[in-house]
Amino acid sequence: MHHNTIDVEHVSYAYPDGQMALRDVSLHVSSGERVALIGPNGAGKSTLLLHLNGLLKPQAGRVRVCGLDVGDGNLGPVRAAVGLVFQDPNDQLFCPTVFEDVAFGPLYQGLPEADIRTRVAAALEAVGMADFAARASYRLSLGEKKRIALATVLSLRPHILALDEPSAGLDPRARRGLIQLLTTVHPTLLIATHDLELVLDVCDRVVLLDEGRVIVEGCPGDVMCDVALMEVHGLERPHSLTPHAELHHLRCDALAKCVAPGNITNE
Amino acid sequence: MLHQLDARVKVNLTLSFILATTLTPPGAWPVLTLLAALALAVVILAELRARFVLVRTALALPFALAALPLLFTVAGTPLFELPWGWTASWEGLLRVANIVVKTWLSVLMAFTLTATTPFTAILVALRGWRLPRLLVTIVALTWRYLFVLVEEAQRLMRARAARSGQIVEGRGKSLAWRARVTGGMAGNLLLRGADRAERIYSAMSARGYDGEPRVVAQPPLTAGHRALLALGYLFLALLALTGILFWG
Repeated sequence: MHHNTIDVEHVSYAYPDGQMALRDVSLHVSSGERVALIGPNGAGKSTLLLHLNGLLKPQAGRVRVCGLDVGDGNLGPVRAAVGLVFQDPNDQLFCPTVFEDVAFGPLYQGLPEADIRTRVAAALEAVGMADFAARASYRLSLGEKKRIALATVLSLRPHILALDEPSAGLDPRARRGLIQLLTTVHPTLLIATHDLELVLDVCDRVVLLDEGRVIVEGCPGDVMCDVALMEVHGLERPHSLTPHAELHHLRCDALAKCVAPGNITNE
Repeated sequence: MLHQLDARVKVNLTLSFILATTLTPPGAWPVLTLLAALALAVVILAELRARFVLVRTALALPFALAALPLLFTVAGTPLFELPWGWTASWEGLLRVANIVVKTWLSVLMAFTLTATTPFTAILVALRGWRLPRLLVTIVALTWRYLFVLVEEAQRLMRARAARSGQIVEGRGKSLAWRARVTGGMAGNLLLRGADRAERIYSAMSARGYDGEPRVVAQPPLTAGHRALLALGYLFLALLALTGILFWG
């Protein structure tokens, strides 16, 4: 499979309670591209990610990954090609030990024993958790769990990585490590996130979703610079894109709070 | 030192010990003494604090009370008499003592196993035992999510406590009202659990789960471990056989 592409064509999806989650969404991601899905809560970002793996079936339209139709016929190859990481690592890590969790995917791919062990070691190494194989998942911190959760799909050697809020709840250092990792992995990336600075660091393209529709897509710098557009859709322009003069004011305001007389010494 | 030993060896030897203890016929006190010596040696090797061990294993003793009626139902030399014609016999006392000692020894060994072995390692060992994989998987999932569920319940209770400020002393709501809140919380926990189960199943499916539990095979036991196992089996079998042949 040389074409690690994602094709979403006119997909609509409503949840069983009738609430529309996706309305006629179309999206193409080329091989090796790094795309961010942004949008307010409830925009349909996670729902779209679940479609890539056949966990949800489109009620209209169709989804293709790596040229394969996502449907009942080839769920096996599709799930081997797409590594999907859930937002809550407690959902992702369901085995008693880290090793078993990371080995889970390769095991179900039917790989031989030795390969599984190599892959687990490599995936844990990639997320900097090589020493954690024998640890019990429930004893890990959130940052550690998030990294292991990523390792559980890296061990699949996926062609496509679909990540739901990968940086949520991470401390700055862990977040830096994650960005570092995401800029070095090879698969096609689709990241649903509110972390717009991460998008600027990692992604080539951004897709803005709201109320289940694709509002706009384009270069992260262009889309996220548009203050009016961002605010209408419950987002804000990331500070890195704030013009210099305005940034200067923000900085002055922040510092002014520190030097205001009596702010610290006041009883 | 016992902590590092392969869990499969420990689980197998513990179960064999319990089996041998159970098979020992009543009255075979020399055999029980040997078994007790063995158990003592294991506890010493495990480097557990005596008080800790005694307190924890004493918890199992009430279950041995079920054997108490034997004191009166086994016929033999009368010991003392209770009203309404209940006669305790010397033989009955021995039977009860026998059961209490056997129960306690079994619990002692099972406790030493769990105190020296991570639960995850015990699970792995159970898989090696050709126990139905589905059963082991269910136990493993229960173990894994017990903690998540407890945390979730704690978060709910903390959230309630945080908003349960009382301005005027003694003007809390009625018991029925509080019961309703608690019921709501329990229902909430149940729903959250159901949602979580749904998401876990999704996460499993996303990585190719097809309903058939599979596990990575364990590396074979080393020659040393196998020798230790064989020695253990042999010793326990000899003890049990001696008991059955001479006292059975």
